[in-house]
Amino acid sequence: MKDIRYIFAIKEAMEEEMERDENVFLIGEDVGIAGGSFGASRGLYDKFGPERVVDTPISELGFTSIAAGAASCGLRPIVEIMFMDFVTCCMDSIVNQIAKMRYMFGNQYSVPIVVRMPEGGGLNAGPQHSQCLEAWFAHVPGLKVVMASTPYDVKGLLKSSIRDDNPVIFIENKTLHAMKGSIPEEDFTIPLGKADIKREGSDVTIVTASRMVHESLKAADVLAEEGISVEVIDLMTIQPWDRETVFNSIGKTHRLVTAHEAVKQFGFGAEISAVVAEEMLDELDAPIVRVGAPFVPASYSLEKFYVPGADDVKNAVRKTMERSF
Amino acid sequence: MRKPGKKKLIEFYTWMTKIRKTEEKLMEVFSNGEILGFLHVSIGQEAAPVGICAHLSDLDYIATTHRGHGHAIAKGIDLKYAMAELFGKKEGFCMGRSGSMHLADKKHGVMGANGIVGGGIPIATGAAFAARYQKTDQVAVATFGEGATGEGAFHEALNFAAIKKLPIVYVCENNGWAEFSPQSIHMPIKDVISRATAYNMPAVQVSNDVLEIYEAAGKAIERARMGGGPTLLEIKCDRWYGHYVGDAQKYRGKEAVEKAMGKDCLLNFEATLLADKVLQKKDIEKIGVQVQSEIDEAVDFARECPFPDPSEMMNGLYI
Ligand SMILES: Cc1ncc(C[n+]2csc(CCOP(=O)(O)OP(=O)(O)O)c2C)c(N)n1
Ligand SMILES: [Mg+2]
Repeated sequence: MKDIRYIFAIKEAMEEEMERDENVFLIGEDVGIAGGSFGASRGLYDKFGPERVVDTPISELGFTSIAAGAASCGLRPIVEIMFMDFVTCCMDSIVNQIAKMRYMFGNQYSVPIVVRMPEGGGLNAGPQHSQCLEAWFAHVPGLKVVMASTPYDVKGLLKSSIRDDNPVIFIENKTLHAMKGSIPEEDFTIPLGKADIKREGSDVTIVTASRMVHESLKAADVLAEEGISVEVIDLMTIQPWDRETVFNSIGKTHRLVTAHEAVKQFGFGAEISAVVAEEMLDELDAPIVRVGAPFVPASYSLEKFYVPGADDVKNAVRKTMERSF
Repeated sequence: MRKPGKKKLIEFYTWMTKIRKTEEKLMEVFSNGEILGFLHVSIGQEAAPVGICAHLSDLDYIATTHRGHGHAIAKGIDLKYAMAELFGKKEGFCMGRSGSMHLADKKHGVMGANGIVGGGIPIATGAAFAARYQKTDQVAVATFGEGATGEGAFHEALNFAAIKKLPIVYVCENNGWAEFSPQSIHMPIKDVISRATAYNMPAVQVSNDVLEIYEAAGKAIERARMGGGPTLLEIKCDRWYGHYVGDAQKYRGKEAVEKAMGKDCLLNFEATLLADKVLQKKDIEKIGVQVQSEIDEAVDFARECPFPDPSEMMNGLYI
């Protein structure tokens, strides 16, 4: 095992996959000579050259679809979008083209592409640099949506995403980039579509992902002192998500809290809650409680009040513990 | 067009000084942690906003970029409330919601800085469309960097404006860098004005000289106002500092930075004014002191303003 930062784990995943498969290449703004805006591709340009680490003009729509075209002709692109907010500039590419191409053309063309981007607040960067839009992509049939919360997960999930023959929207989190964690020296992958139980517990299930995993774990520590035992499920793949792990957990705890940094309304927590209500309402002992950001654009000066954290999770858990059907 | 007289020249100098000193102050308070988020300064590029906005009234529109303090200032934004916004305070023009990257002031036609590269170009084009629709003689200006011309938004806006002969001037401040990439990485051409050919649009390139910019912008704005349609104006300038304040610029050698800083549009203009005896050393000092005290006052004001109350966050999502 070795200790490594999240951002460096991303680099290792890309580097190892590029070594393993010559069809894998990286494309995006400042990914080459500059090594990536957040440093995720540092050194890769020198190692693989400009053919495989491709700097682009500022033209997200263009280069994402260019990558998609290349993917449909046998390559395996990794596209870097600097901030998740900028992915809104390439929605045609992802929603109309990438997500539909294989299915629409009757399986003739596949699009094995990974579109990586960091989401979330933490930089006080305001309304156009802090958004969490994973639910948009989870709502589009044909895309897989992955969110990684630790260095170990980000490496294993990114490798699986690159090897996957489906398009994957791969969501990182800016506040996690500097996080350290330990990972094996040898090659490993983490399967897509499987959740990870980050903490076992018996009273309440929290279904969460990305940065909110850590906030949920912090909340769980405090709640344990109050005698509340919390199970924290890191969904890791938002679409398609791991129903079995979630259902089994609720079968044990009979209470559900969902937590994400994205605005609460129409977030992935809503889908989890709805499916649980459809499939196993009779297993629940109390109403579901959802945690998410307030339904307004991210704030510049009020960010610390805007972005949800451990306190919000604690309150949600207490709320569901206080109630019962 | 008339050559600017002595009074105008002094005004230009004062505006440029105000932009320079404001941004120097901003760098200082940003480094103190008093301003949050991202801060992009336009130091070394003060000539463009001044030369252009000298032709605009409060009714004219300008949509700018992440590097947009200069344009807002030259357009007449009240420094106190601008500063309050940058400090994230309730009294700020955007109620503390925007900070530097989205600073807007409707009263002076400032349609916002923008966090999205290229985002403001079609927005300004829409303002020009509205002006024509409403049969006013207002003009819109879009400012952007050369990097933004890679975006579809740039091309779609110019194409539309050229077809419709909209009253707009597209001002590209070509500082040679888009974040950490020099122009050669993201453009197959040397001059942004080459792009105008595709839209049958007149295009003018000028150096980073306030008088040259003033003259070229004057013609383009006049043409737009008279119904002659859009112009693309390119100003060749240099980015003195990093992409944002705090950028260590490892990608750019010390020599290149020194070379960029050697070309100072403010100092050059000052030398011209001194040589032409428009100003004397003591006038220059006086202007500096006067501008600095206005800036310090604005900073004091911003410091004293309260932050918005968290309970106000939910206000005004819909009207
Ligand atoms: C759509 C979008 N893509 C990327 C970015 C990140 N970004 C911010 S500024 C910038 C470079 C802009 O270069 P240029 O247009 O030349 O303006 P300059 O910074 O030189 O003033 C980039 C890539 C962004 N804010 N929005
Ligand atoms: Mg530039």
